[in-house]
Amino acid sequence: MLNKEEIILAIETSCDETAMAIVKNGRELVANVVASQIESHKRFGGVVPEIASRHHIEQITVVLDETLAEANMTMDDIDAIAVTEGPGLVGALLIGVTAAKSLAFAHQKPLIGVHHIAGHIYANRLLQEFSFPLLSLVVSGGHTELILMKDHGQFEVIGETRDDAAGEAYDKVAKTLGLPYPGGPYIDKLAQQGKDTFHFTRALLNEESYDFSFSGLKTAVMNTMHNAKQKGEQLSSEDIAASFQQSVIDVLVEKTFRATREYKVKQLIVAGGVSANKGLRKRLEEKFANEEVELVIPPLHLCTDNAAMIGAAGSIAFQQGHRAELDLNANPGLSLEKYAKRNKNIPSQ
Amino acid sequence: MKSYQFKTNSPEETMAFAERLASVLTAGDVITLEGDLGAGKTTFTKGLAKGLHITRTVNSPTFTIVKEYNGDFPLYHIDAYRLEGSDEDIGFEEYFAGDGITVVEWAKFIMEFLPEEHLDIQLVTISEKERNIILNPNSNRYENKCRELLS
Repeated sequence: MLNKEEIILAIETSCDETAMAIVKNGRELVANVVASQIESHKRFGGVVPEIASRHHIEQITVVLDETLAEANMTMDDIDAIAVTEGPGLVGALLIGVTAAKSLAFAHQKPLIGVHHIAGHIYANRLLQEFSFPLLSLVVSGGHTELILMKDHGQFEVIGETRDDAAGEAYDKVAKTLGLPYPGGPYIDKLAQQGKDTFHFTRALLNEESYDFSFSGLKTAVMNTMHNAKQKGEQLSSEDIAASFQQSVIDVLVEKTFRATREYKVKQLIVAGGVSANKGLRKRLEEKFANEEVELVIPPLHLCTDNAAMIGAAGSIAFQQGHRAELDLNANPGLSLEKYAKRNKNIPSQ
Repeated sequence: MKSYQFKTNSPEETMAFAERLASVLTAGDVITLEGDLGAGKTTFTKGLAKGLHITRTVNSPTFTIVKEYNGDFPLYHIDAYRLEGSDEDIGFEEYFAGDGITVVEWAKFIMEFLPEEHLDIQLVTISEKERNIILNPNSNRYENKCRELLS
């Protein structure tokens, strides 16, 4: 780190939150503002993309003012602007990217493009300095991935879902159970009151690969409920929720555990919206209680989408010399490998 | 217009069929994919991706609505499931008129945005492993592709 303090303004609009944050020296959170659209999405049972972009447009300048006010700063205090360039919904991403470019141009600040998942991982660096090699389990509505990091800015996906993400299975099962969107927290709560009586499938649990599959589990839950309904039987929602959650957690925790051993990692970092799940947290804590691996789980406000994480990841990219030009575009299909490769090509300072 | 059928006896065969289909597709082609839960829509799309020499894992686009993959042509995998009841245009033109191949699941929710010419594919479950793949081209361009594929 240079002598001077490094202040980054970060912007995140990849899905349904309009978020900005100010992060000092990559690790210190100065301001963090999140305007969520979940209320309006609830009506639709999911993310409706155009609604997402319209809300981002309405909120982005308000969020900027609030963020600067919270930090008691002006744009003059900012050293660089980091923004999520992908992956995500193109219309939503574009609002953040355009805002970041405008601010960078108007105030003559360097611009940094950040990968959304890199952000989720780096959210943890606001709590705990990284020690490599580290493994990150990323679980959210759109992702279920195991990512190995041997150094800052390097990401290797060693396992990922072959079909549905864990969060997506949660949302679909919740919908079947008649629970509101997003369904994760409701299933988590119901599951605490039920028992694993159905023993649903544990997909790919005994395979060597670190890939996941949740589509079959979702189908099994739906079929079980459908069959019961046809027979006029009433199933306990609590037990369905507990059985479903148990299956998801068994697979996530077991595969993650195996990977931490194989790669001899020093830290396990959990990231993404599903890491707010109480059942998952508890099981991970139990499983790693006697391991030498340090388990890092972010507090709830850093699990869901936020801009603080983009500031944390942006800081590393900034130090590694990465700069985006003003022709930076939203990159809805950006892969972590491609992002990592880009980082590697930059000579370190 | 005539419809074409092809029977497969396993997920592997379904994938192989989709892989062959990729070889007759060209930039700008749009396919709609229909089938019940578990009929093999993801398997089919994986096969198509393999045929386009895409190496990344193809997985569900439900949450993100669209996923893009780079191969011989870009592959745009769209799932309109979450757009039910919404008449919003999320920039479909960019995909349909683009330089890639687009696969649309739950196309019925975005009918008004689909280009006039497209190839409808239905996956019908016969038994646990067997599927009937029904191809419904709605223009000469797609009919020729079906003929080429099944000749």
